[in-house]
Amino acid sequence: MALIAFYILSTIVVLSALFVVAARNPVHSVLWLILAFFTSAGLLVLIGAEFLAMLLVVVYVGAVAVLFLFVVMMLDIDFVALKQGFQNYLVVGALIALALLAEIGIVAAAATFGGGETFNASPGAPTNAEALSRVLYTDYLLLFQMSGIVLLVAMMGAIVLTLRSRPSVKRQNIAEQTGRKRKDAVELKDVRPGQGL
Amino acid sequence: MNFLADITNALPETILVAFGLSALLLGAIGGDRISGLLRLLAALALAAASVAAFVQFGRGEAISAFASAELSPNGLYRVTLFTLFAKGVTYAMASLALFMSGGFLKSAQMERYEYPLLVTFGSLGAGMMLSANDLMTLYVGIETLSLSSYVLAAFRRDSIMSAEAGLKYFVLGALASGLLLYGSALVYGFSGGTGFEVIASAPTSVGLIFGLVFLICGLSFKASAAPFHIWTPDVYEGAPSAVVAFFSTAPKIAAVALLANVMFVAFGPHIDSWQMIIAIISALSMLIGAFGALMQNSIKRILAYSSISNVGFALIAIAAGAELGSAAVLVYMTLYVIATLGIFAGVLALRRGGKAIDTVADLNGLVKTKPGIALGLLVLIFSVAGIPPAAGFWGKLQVFTAGIESGMLWLVLVGALASVVSLGYYLRLVWAMFMKPAGEPMDRTDASVAAIVAISTLIVFPILTIGIQFLLSAAAQAVVG
Repeated sequence: MALIAFYILSTIVVLSALFVVAARNPVHSVLWLILAFFTSAGLLVLIGAEFLAMLLVVVYVGAVAVLFLFVVMMLDIDFVALKQGFQNYLVVGALIALALLAEIGIVAAAATFGGGETFNASPGAPTNAEALSRVLYTDYLLLFQMSGIVLLVAMMGAIVLTLRSRPSVKRQNIAEQTGRKRKDAVELKDVRPGQGL
Repeated sequence: MNFLADITNALPETILVAFGLSALLLGAIGGDRISGLLRLLAALALAAASVAAFVQFGRGEAISAFASAELSPNGLYRVTLFTLFAKGVTYAMASLALFMSGGFLKSAQMERYEYPLLVTFGSLGAGMMLSANDLMTLYVGIETLSLSSYVLAAFRRDSIMSAEAGLKYFVLGALASGLLLYGSALVYGFSGGTGFEVIASAPTSVGLIFGLVFLICGLSFKASAAPFHIWTPDVYEGAPSAVVAFFSTAPKIAAVALLANVMFVAFGPHIDSWQMIIAIISALSMLIGAFGALMQNSIKRILAYSSISNVGFALIAIAAGAELGSAAVLVYMTLYVIATLGIFAGVLALRRGGKAIDTVADLNGLVKTKPGIALGLLVLIFSVAGIPPAAGFWGKLQVFTAGIESGMLWLVLVGALASVVSLGYYLRLVWAMFMKPAGEPMDRTDASVAAIVAISTLIVFPILTIGIQFLLSAAAQAVVG
């Protein structure tokens, strides 16, 4: 049972990863990517790493949603033209949807009819999250902290490359606004009748 | 495990992390006004880390840290005399490259406080990958170095060349990281562990060899060895000169020493599987580096090809195996990065009307306008080319001896051929400096840059033969153990 599920899932992972690269439309690439992530999460569940599977779905699929937004914002995609070809893409979309549905079905079936199979690879042992947290800050402290440094460098890099100070841009200065006196703003002129200023 | 003992054992990295984090805070408060101060402090911190590494080297034994009984009995972090020596040189080069970048940063309007911090974190990554005793430590070290390098290459945001360099480096670097990770996964799968000792004791299998090949591909990219060298000339040409001075010294020796360390320690028993791969990469690098530079006009592109070629020479020593090659790798790369640092100091020193020089023609008649720097560059170029009076010759001699002793005469002959061909472009630089009529006068030279040219010239000049004797004996101790 688990072996069949493994072969189905891994075939889908490889195929969808292939389509990520092969798809012409970037939006479709992103959709294939989501399928690849979901299916990889399924593989992780199969080997009993359900915590990592959830992380993969929450973090990566969440991040992909943001990536999707960026793709939509940054690329010049004509959505009217895209919608015109809806029927052409219907098959592809239906395939992705079916595959996702089938995966959920397999997992549900395995849980229901699996004959007492549990997802925890070692029942009675600590759960995934507990096992990870036991080593993360002790045995793997060095790697954990260095990963933090990697992320810090990435953050610095993003700021260095994108943040610029523009002196020409006018900004609202609230202190200056509220500190304005009447004499700074209003000037009274005694205008004589019949003459201009 | 004892946390305090661990961070004391990893003292050079602890210094850099402590400095980097506190300097980041200072920079966030002080802004770009204190960038000059932070640059000096970062150079000092890197120098302190270098001293710490050499003090550990002086103690004469390998140091392990972050070990745990069941997962990594020999530590995620382990430095041998070999890696300690390479690490000390790496940090020293980073410190000097940062120290001499002041004038360039000012004239290129790149004085931002993130610059010294990125160099610090990049060097930390280089040191961490040298300290790796586990594929995971190796990977986080490489990523720290690579991410800093991508940003540094694109640091001059207003220049389209710099942005192109950063992007190219990033895209190709990500691909190399992917290869490296895939290789690591295969090695883990077929040896049953990520620690170097576990891999060394695993039986040779087809899966392990496949993983090894992917690992070599990823590491060769970082060391810019052919056929994974394509990015080097473009990145060197586009990135700011001060950044290239850093790229071609500290990460270069770190990457080559890392490749040597992984091959010698983790895959030492499998030498029959990788010796020929490394030898072919070495021959390709030497030839491509030698022939590629012949038609170039930009000084930085010529230096990029020169670095590809020189990495090829160092790979001869790696292919020779741990006993014969490890001292030769260290001697060769140390002398090479010292000379390269001097050459880049010379390139940074020469500005005309506030603009850095770029083509070989800009060097015309340098001996008349700046005789001191011209003489220094002459000695340094001779050293990189391996011409006898200069110290680079001794490095090449060691490498060739290691190659012959391990029975790879054909590789040494290819190396000799590449040396002769590469004289073509080295002598072209010398010809321009000494034989051509002088062009427009140069701007005034910064004292710090001139000092680096002078120091590195003195080191590679045979006046200090005692120094070379010291280097040879120190490197001879540093056989991988």
